[in-house]
Parts: sequence; structure tokens; C-alpha cells
Amino acid sequence: MPNFIMSYLGSTLTPGQAGNQFWALIYVLIIFAGVSVAVIAMNWIERKALAHFQIRLGPMRVGPHGLLQPFADALKLMLKEDIIPSEADQFVFWVAPLIGLLAAFTVYTVIPFGPSQAVSDMNIGILFMLGVSSLGVLGIVVAGWASNSHYPLIGALRSSAQMVSYEVAMGLAVVSAIVMTSLNSTGTGTLSMIGIVQAQQQQGVWFIFKFFPLGFIAFGIFAIAMVAETNRAPFDMAEAESELTAGYHTEYSGLRWSLFMLAEYAAMIAVSSIAVTLWLGGWMRPFPNLLHAPAWDFIFSLFPGLTFGALAAIALLGTVRMPSHSFFKIQRVGLAVFAGLLGLIALLLLVIAVAGRSADSGLAARFNDGIGYVYWFVLKVSVFMYLFIWYRATWPRYRFDQLMKIGWKVMLPISLGVLVVTAIVGVIF
Amino acid sequence: MNSALSAGAPVATPFFFYMLSGLAVIGGILVITRRNAVHSALALIVTLLSVAGLYLMLYAPFVAGVQIIVYAGGIMVLFLFVIMLVNIERASKDRRFNRIWPIGLVAACTLMGLFVSAFVKGRALFPDRGMPLSEGSNTQEIAKALYGEVNRAGQYTFGQYTFAFEIASLLLLVAILGAVIMTKKKI
Amino acid sequence: MNDRLDPMSNLDLDAPDTYLDSNELIINMGPQHPATHGVLRVILKLDGEKVLGTECVIGYLHRGVEKIAENRTYTMFNPYVDRMDYVAAVSNGLGYCEAVEKLLNVEAPARAKYIRVILTELNRIASHQLWLGTHALDIGAMTPLFYTFRDREEILKIFEKYCGARLTTHAFRIGGCQYETYAGFEKDVKNFLTFVAPKIDEYETLLTTNRIWLERTKNVGVISAADAIALGVTGPVLRASGVKWDLRKAQPYAAYADFDFEIPIGENGDTYDRYLVRMAEMRQSLRIIEQAVNGIPEGPIMGKVPKVIKPPVGEIYHSIEAPKGELGYFIVSDGSTQPYRIRVRPPSFVNLQALDIMVRGLLVADVIAVIGTLDIVLGEVDR
Repeated sequence: MPNFIMSYLGSTLTPGQAGNQFWALIYVLIIFAGVSVAVIAMNWIERKALAHFQIRLGPMRVGPHGLLQPFADALKLMLKEDIIPSEADQFVFWVAPLIGLLAAFTVYTVIPFGPSQAVSDMNIGILFMLGVSSLGVLGIVVAGWASNSHYPLIGALRSSAQMVSYEVAMGLAVVSAIVMTSLNSTGTGTLSMIGIVQAQQQQGVWFIFKFFPLGFIAFGIFAIAMVAETNRAPFDMAEAESELTAGYHTEYSGLRWSLFMLAEYAAMIAVSSIAVTLWLGGWMRPFPNLLHAPAWDFIFSLFPGLTFGALAAIALLGTVRMPSHSFFKIQRVGLAVFAGLLGLIALLLLVIAVAGRSADSGLAARFNDGIGYVYWFVLKVSVFMYLFIWYRATWPRYRFDQLMKIGWKVMLPISLGVLVVTAIVGVIF
Repeated sequence: MNSALSAGAPVATPFFFYMLSGLAVIGGILVITRRNAVHSALALIVTLLSVAGLYLMLYAPFVAGVQIIVYAGGIMVLFLFVIMLVNIERASKDRRFNRIWPIGLVAACTLMGLFVSAFVKGRALFPDRGMPLSEGSNTQEIAKALYGEVNRAGQYTFGQYTFAFEIASLLLLVAILGAVIMTKKKI
Repeated sequence: MNDRLDPMSNLDLDAPDTYLDSNELIINMGPQHPATHGVLRVILKLDGEKVLGTECVIGYLHRGVEKIAENRTYTMFNPYVDRMDYVAAVSNGLGYCEAVEKLLNVEAPARAKYIRVILTELNRIASHQLWLGTHALDIGAMTPLFYTFRDREEILKIFEKYCGARLTTHAFRIGGCQYETYAGFEKDVKNFLTFVAPKIDEYETLLTTNRIWLERTKNVGVISAADAIALGVTGPVLRASGVKWDLRKAQPYAAYADFDFEIPIGENGDTYDRYLVRMAEMRQSLRIIEQAVNGIPEGPIMGKVPKVIKPPVGEIYHSIEAPKGELGYFIVSDGSTQPYRIRVRPPSFVNLQALDIMVRGLLVADVIAVIGTLDIVLGEVDR
């Protein structure tokens, strides 16, 4: 059995490529759990960050600094009465959130967290991603229709029209990144996600910086389109409260509504992962070629431990600053335990980093590498998540016709132009 | 060691084939028998996704991907838009089997005859029939060499079949322009 | 009023409710709605997505204030006035007290006038801050609301220290002010001036050059100067259409003649210009307050007013520039201690009638922006 694990850990193929069903299943479970945890964390971060943007504190009572608030919300939603409109189509009403959820979660089969850390590295990875996220639109359309009410239907049709429009620009931006993968020695590009990151590694530059500003513009188009794709501010007219059309999930209550929320956040994380993979070098640490001495490798491998250490320090600070009234005793203890947990994780990561420095191919080194890959990937995705929240706090929302105008009249020509110019420049240089 | 660990060998092909084709057929039957148009559209989506799976089994991943993006993700959304925006309650109350059903039967029998003859004549109809495409051997390499890989699909599309590609896109452009002209009140 | 401006001419409420044969649709934005700033009901007639006309149904907050006035003495009616425009209660009180003082032929002493000006201008800033927060929230920017409310707290603290109430202040009395300024009043006001000036700049950085804000507010809800004058619109709405008319300069009351300030006007009369005008007005109010607080004259705060207020028979119309427009009081006295009739001319009531002409041709999402930009308070629309 340990041989089995060791043989897998040393493999350079993803479980899907290696045909290793057991490990593929393990990966799927890890991804499912990880995405759920990420969605819960994202819920908390969104409420706290939004609140801090608005000079208020956000949830503070449920758990120390509101850390247990997402769990309380999930529990509340599960215990709510499940209301189904009497005239609604029962089967379709039930199946609609599932379609959106399936579409959002299936994208994760191709997202690479490392050179062999993906469920399956299909050779049509990007195509698969684009296809499956376009299936998410179906979930929304069907949800709006199944509510049997005029306003959710209009809201659903608007949401889906918006998503479909921005998918076009998104696809073209993706294609220009694919074009850049073919600018290597053999002249063949690849659609596989791991191949794209390896192409960035081989060409020694993140695609966002390649042929500056072309890569940057393509990245910008994708970054804007992905906000519109997930119906987030400033493109959230279809689900805003102050508009007449109340959004496709109006008639859903309790657990069904939370499935929509889950699908939305999972889709946000998925498209951010795509952006990170395509333009920001995926799992690679910053400056892999410029600073490639072993000393720099060691310094960068300390980052995961240091990050958790910083988080533990912040939690500890929160514990110390909590009022010493007896009312806060449980919260204080809870936060101290949380800080302790974070500190333990930090310690563990630092130990692995130090141990993996000396040995070249031992277990510690492989763990170290794996942790490093996952850490840099998750860090970059977290930056995008924070940007999502920042956009929501800062900007007003676009009117629906302005939104569609931007999608078709601005984003599509620019992305086409970038594609053509990238191809020409790639051929010339 | 598990034989499934060797790279490239297909896994449980008969099971997946029968499952996907069964799903496709069931979906097709549901499309034409459901009274509710949205249910028919959802069944059609199931059929299209099963067909995409069948394309994957034929080592045509690009076609499978494009099938999902274009057909299931684009065209079906359009279908659903139309179904939801247009009042089709009137149509669903009409008789479902109208009076010209003999012609439909003849057409269906002709199509089935076409399929049966293709099946019977078998591989003799295809030029590369000499290749042994047996299970367990490295069929992926063969398929890659023939049609499957995306590189080859791209090379064929923009190399040998460029003219057909351009004509098809021109046709689509004409269709789009026609739709815009017919529906817009003022340009 | 000519037919073009008549809101009822465009709306056919008996039309059949079909929406597939024709594209016309009649939608109700009910009295309960997150964005109608109070209990306002707006009936929209739409052609697809475009608005053909609107009808506002008001009266959900009608409390019979004017009828109540007939059964109260002039002093007893003073607190009722705050409840009309509850956002800018001090202005309401100023208008009423000055109207009754005119009827009595009494003038408030100079010190009282300065205090009145300071408090009224502070209230103008508070009212505009509330407007900014809610208007931005309607358009989708959720953050300026919290910033403006945080800064508004300082004004409300000053009010609370002065007269004990934050919102419905009842700050003035007929003939002057009842309360002397508390110790530290000038210091508080001066601190506030230095505190809030950079905050107004902060609001501007969030919105003024933001392209989403520009796209949502430019050329939305345009009203020309001629239409505005014909409809009787006043206040920032009128000034944003290019008409330089402000009662503080045109018919100075209280101590406004002593101060040097400008009247900001706009060019196009769209939502963006109204936004700019109100932001500029906040800054001008800061100027006025600074001049006032630096020169409060000494003296009594209450004029020579009889114990029982019995104005001579007559009538008077006195109007002031409230934050929302021209707030007028028409008081008819029959010689007794209770007024015969008080008619309030609320600025929001008249401005709301311009809604119909401002939203014609706009999309539904813009209707909410236009309601927000008119800065209506249902308390004074319905009274």
C-alpha cells in the first residue's frame, strides 16, 4: 500500500491520464470538499470585506468575529420550509438548481493545481471548460421558467442573455491565450490546461506579460467577461433588489436557494481558476526563471507556512483584543483555538519546507513541491475572489441594455482584434 | 497491478456505449412524446450530451467539445428562449399525430433502410477499412493518426476543407442577417 | 397646462391588459418597494421596455397635517411642521416660523437669525448627504450610503446637543430661538467644517468620474428649463436645468443677505447635473456656515412676541429655499389664536409632477434613478 501511494506521488501523470480510478476518485472528493469549504469561506470573507468597505463590522456575534456565520446560514437554509409554487412545474423546479450546480462543479475536473495534480488532463481541457460553463446557462433559464411567474422569467432570460453574450468574448480571449501556447519551438499549441501552464513555463513568461500589452488586454477582456458571466456586480442587474425584475431565484427558498448560491460561488472560483491557469502561470511561483537559485526556491517554499503563520498571528491579535467581559469568554476561547490550529498548520508547513530543502526526491520534497503548487494557485485565485468583492462594494451597476452593448460592441471587437494581432505578432517574432 | 493503469487503453467500452446510446434514444423518444415543450427541450439536451459522449468514444474530442458548446450550450438555450417567450399553449392542445402520418412513416422507413444498409455493408464503405481497430491495442495512437487530435482537426479545417468552412460561415452570416432584418422594427 | 406636460394625457388606464398582441404593458411599482423612497406608488405604461408615461399615486402617508393646523394654536402647530419633510426638519421649522413672524410683523433678532442660518445649512448638508447615499444605492453603488450616514452623524450630534432631538428638531420658535447655543457650539461647528470638507471630496472620488455612474446618469431624466419653469419645479432640479433661481439670493430671508455664496447651476438638466449641483451646494453651505459661525452677533435670541400669538386678520405666503426646493407656507389668519388655514407648498409634491415628463422614453431601470434624483420625501408630498 505505501508503495502504491509512493508510486502515485511520484507520478508525472494526472490520475485520469494514468487511468488510476482510485486516485481520480480521491481527487474528486478532495475537490468537492475543497470547493465547498472555499464557498463557505468566501461567504464569510464577502460579508466581512463588504462590511469593512462600508465602515461597519459585519457578522461578529455568531462565533468569534462571525467565523461561524456561514455555518449558521447554511443550517438556517436547510431548516427552512421548502416552498414550491403550486403552479410550478415540479420536476423542472427540482432539476434546475442541479443543472447549474453540476455545470459549476464539473469544470473542476480539468483545473490543474499542479503539474500532475488535476483530476484529468484532457487534451481538450479548455474546450471542455467552455462547454460545461455554457451548460450553466441552461440551469438559469430553466429555473426562471419553472417558477411560473412573470418577473423571474424575465430575470432569467436577461441573466442568460447576458451570460451567453459574454461567453463569446470570453471564448475569443481564451483563444488568443491558446495561440500564445503555440509559440514554442515545435510550433504546436495545446488545449490542455496543464499544457498551457507548461507552455508558460517553457516560454519563461506568464501569458499576461507576453507581447505586452496584448496578453494584458486579453486577460483584461477575460477578467471583465468572467464577472459578467457569473452575474456579479457591476453586471448584476438581473438579480438586483431594487429593480422590477426580481431575479431567477425569487421563488426558491431554503436549500434550493442555497444550491444556487453554491453554484454561483463555485462558478466564480472556477472562472478565476481558468484565468489564473491561462494568464497568470497557474501553479508556478513568481519569477521561476529569473530567481532560480536553490536559495530562492527555499525562500519561496517558505511562503505557505509564513502565510498561515500570518493568519494565526491575526487570529491571535483578535483574541487579545477581544473584550474581557465574561460574555465573550466562549468567543475568546474559540478564537484562540482557531489561532492555535492555524499556527499548527503553519508549523507543519514550515517543517515540510525545511525538510524538503535538503532531500531531492524524498517524500518531504515531493510534499513540499505539491504544497507549493497548490499554495501559489490558491493564492492567485484568492486575489481574484477579493477583486470580485471589491467590485461589488465600489461600483454601481450597469443598466441591462448598456451591459449588452458593452458585451457585443466593445468586448467582442477588442477580443477579435487582440486575437488577430496576437497571431500576427506570434508569426512574425 | 490493475490493467486499467496502463495508459491509453479504453475502459469498459461496451458499458459506456450502451449507456450513452440508450440515453440518447430515450431522450429522443421523450422529445417527441412530452406534451410540455420545455420538457422536450430538456430531453433534447440529454440526447445531445449523450451524443457528445459517443463522439468522445470515437476519439473525436474536438467534435465532442464543440457539440457541447455549440449545440447543448448555445442552440438549446436559443430553443428555450423561443419556447418561453412565445405562447405555445395553443399548440400543445392540438392533436399530436396529424393526418399526414403515412408520409412520416415512409420517410422514417427510408431513413432506417439507409442506416441498416450502412451497418450491413459495414466498414467496406470507409476507405481506411484496412486498419485493425481491435480492443486492447493502442487504439488511441491510431485514432490520433487518423482524425481525432485537435491539431489534425484544425489542419483539416483550415487546410483541405477551407472552402467548405468559409461557405458554411457565410451561410450562417446570411441566416443571422435574415433573422435581424425580419425581427427588427427599424434598423 | 398644455397637453404635452399633462401626465394623464399619455396614459390609458382602461386599455386591455394584453402583452403579446401589442407591446404595451401597465406595470405597478407598488407602495412597498425598496427604491421608491417612501410609500409612493408609480404606475408605468411601458412599450416593451420603454416607458411611455407614468402616473404617481400618492396619499399613502397623508396625515391631515393642514387640517390639524386649523385646530391648533400657532405655537402648538410648530412641532407638526417638522414631520412633513422629516429629513430636513429644521428648514420646515424655519419656513413656518418666519411665515408667522411676517404675519405678526415681528422680526427675529440678529443672533437668532444667524443661529437659524447655521442650523438650516447644516440640515441642508445632512439632507443632501442622505439623498446621495440613497440615490447611489438605487443605482447600485452600495458603499456611499454608509459613508454619508457616518458623516451625517456629526450633524445629528450637533442638533442633539442643541435642542435634544436628532431628526424632528423643533429647533426654532416663533420670534427667534428658544435655546441659546450650548457651550462649545461654535467649536463643534468649526470642527465639523474641517471634518466634512474632505469627506465630500471622498464621495466625489467614488462617483463623479466613474464611467458606470456617468453612463447611468448622463442624459437620463432630462428636463429643459422651459418645462421646469412651466411645471413649477424648484430647487436643485430647476438649477440643474440652467435656471439660476435660488430664494436665498432672490428673496433673502433670515440672515442670508449677509453672506457671500454662489448658486451652482447645471447645463443639461439630466441626472448627472443634478448630482453635481447638489454636491456643489453642499460646499456652498459649508461656506455659509463658516461665515456665519465666525460672526454670530451677541444679543437676545427671542424677539418681542406676545405670550398669546394672535396675528391680525390677513393672509401671507412666505417661502424659503428648503434643500429640496421652494417650501412655501400660505397662512390665512382670522384673528384668533388658531390659523384659519395653513397651506403648505411642498417642493417634493411639485417636483414629483415632473416625473412623468422626465421618464418618457427611458427604460424601466432609469425610472428608479429619476425618482431618486428628484429627491422626494413622501412626508411632505402627502402631508
